[in-house]
Amino acid sequence: MLKFFLARLLTFVPTFIGVTLISFAFIRVLPGDPIIVMAGERGLSEARYQELREQFGFDQPLIVQFWDYLTGILHGNLGMSYVTKKPVWDEFFALFPATVELSLCAIVIAICLGIPAGVIAAVNRGKFFDRALMSTALVGYSMPIFWWALLLIIVFSGNLGWTPVSGRIDLLYYFPDTTGFMLIDSLLSGQKGAFASAVDHLILPSIVLATIPLAVIARQTRSAMLEVLGEDYIRTARAKGLAPIRVSGLHALRNALIPVVTVIGLSVGVLLAGAILTETIFSWPGIGKWMVDSIYRRDYPVVQGGLLLIAGMVMIVNLIVDLLYGVINPKIRKR
Amino acid sequence: MALLSIRNLSVEFSTAGGPFRAVDGVDVTVDTGDILAIVGESGSGKSVSMMALMGLLPWTARITADEMSFDGTDLRRLTARQRRQVIGRDISMIFQEPMTSLNPCFTAGFQIKETLRQHLKLDRRARHARAIELMEMVGIPDPERRLNAFPHQLSGGMSQRVMIAMALACQPRLLIADEPTTALDVTIQAQILDLLQGLQQRTGMALILITHDMGVVAETAQRVQVQYAGQKVEEQPVRALFETPHHPYTAALLAALPERATERRLPTIPGVVPGQFDRPEGCLFSPRCRFADDTCRHSPPPVQPPALGIARCHYPLDTAATEAAR
Repeated sequence: MLKFFLARLLTFVPTFIGVTLISFAFIRVLPGDPIIVMAGERGLSEARYQELREQFGFDQPLIVQFWDYLTGILHGNLGMSYVTKKPVWDEFFALFPATVELSLCAIVIAICLGIPAGVIAAVNRGKFFDRALMSTALVGYSMPIFWWALLLIIVFSGNLGWTPVSGRIDLLYYFPDTTGFMLIDSLLSGQKGAFASAVDHLILPSIVLATIPLAVIARQTRSAMLEVLGEDYIRTARAKGLAPIRVSGLHALRNALIPVVTVIGLSVGVLLAGAILTETIFSWPGIGKWMVDSIYRRDYPVVQGGLLLIAGMVMIVNLIVDLLYGVINPKIRKR
Repeated sequence: MALLSIRNLSVEFSTAGGPFRAVDGVDVTVDTGDILAIVGESGSGKSVSMMALMGLLPWTARITADEMSFDGTDLRRLTARQRRQVIGRDISMIFQEPMTSLNPCFTAGFQIKETLRQHLKLDRRARHARAIELMEMVGIPDPERRLNAFPHQLSGGMSQRVMIAMALACQPRLLIADEPTTALDVTIQAQILDLLQGLQQRTGMALILITHDMGVVAETAQRVQVQYAGQKVEEQPVRALFETPHHPYTAALLAALPERATERRLPTIPGVVPGQFDRPEGCLFSPRCRFADDTCRHSPPPVQPPALGIARCHYPLDTAATEAAR
């Protein structure tokens, strides 16, 4: 197990090099000049422009710039944002908890609803529930997410007034960031109603963000279950006189879980990279919005560093998924 | 009263091409301590009729029977929940492919103990002890360690032994073995058959052995029932069946055994079992039968008395005719 773990960690190295190279190249390929963007509409003199170019190192050849960037990373220095003048590292970890909180809530909703729905659909294959569920899932999967978000806001925040429109917590409450997770911080603050307010603010964005993974998980669970339900060992389980819920919920689901865990892992990766639309619509201060803003500002260090950190997170999630395979299926554990 | 009594069992599957009758008016009677072999080619409805008894068929199957009773209980009247209390405990079943019949995600021990937990009110420790006892009973060496083995760590023979242990967990009164040795090596086959026979003698349970191997039948069974295209065509005690088969199909099957061959070329039965779309009008075996005439081809055969092996045939063979057939 340890050997497998270390071998997997080793594969992180080329991935990291690839990500640094791509993020470095990608932002420079985009037309536009960070200095011009920073100067804004006022513009700046040629002399000042040259001075800034030198200061940021843009006068150096690209290969030298890349080398400086790489050595910086290896020293744990991701650089400073051109705009805020704060270290990328600090900015990322100030915003990342908000994204993690939202993604986790979304994925929990998607798993808790998606897997049972897929199981029930597979067991009732071809019947009304199956058809209804799978067409709903298709609608959920193909619906434009911004439209769905706006629809929910109009109905639940606007017409019914059940949930707040945006933000992470009501302005009434103020407490310091201890962990960065609003749910935990609000509890720690001990202020009455703070936690409830944080939950209220999470509901709609979580539902919106959960929609696509929910649809994908439900469909994947169904198809994996359909395959497994025809296996000989399911017949054995039924011949033992086990209740149908135990046959499908334990004997079949455990075997169907591998592809489901794979799509869950992929979804978590996508969610962690920041749900740009959802975060924008709900004014959620996460990294998705931060990354998009930085690209517009041609804030090279933020884009590069942000991409690298997100890639790191996705790799960690994938590693966890790989380790889970072995837990789920003992046959894989042996290898 | 018989332990298991099934009369006129029919199973129909609704398929895209219309209803398909997999089992057609089959009777099965088994007493405590009996070993009944059900023999037939693939597609003769052997497994399907037993799966119908176990309630393991998909919902697309339409099962009808005049009688289906086990130990005085009418199985047709039981709810799904009540039936689940009978199967796995009083009637249990083992299958053809032991390697795929065990769930790859759970240990052998878990799967044996699961049956115990389902049907018997035993605590953890008692379940563990019983599981070890069962593993020893089916001849698995080092049971304590094997309890924690996953199916992929077991050989085919070992897997089948685990399946048998699982089936015997609640001391069933009837064990159905659906081609239990087909997927195994020849040497292992003999071991598993010996084991089943020994266990049957020790526990006095009834055993239904589904097979297409006449050799297995001769070694193991007391009574044989031959099925063809979903119908029971003959039933006799094993010795009598081998000596004087009354149905031409049985005779042809026996003639095709290599150990009975008298010529250089092994006799075969021409043609194949009729399927959904080429079911003959009269006797189902008539297209392949060397004795068939117009009567056979146009009117369904009567069922002969027990003296003639309950053969479903217009012209059942007697000894002389059997000799002539050879």
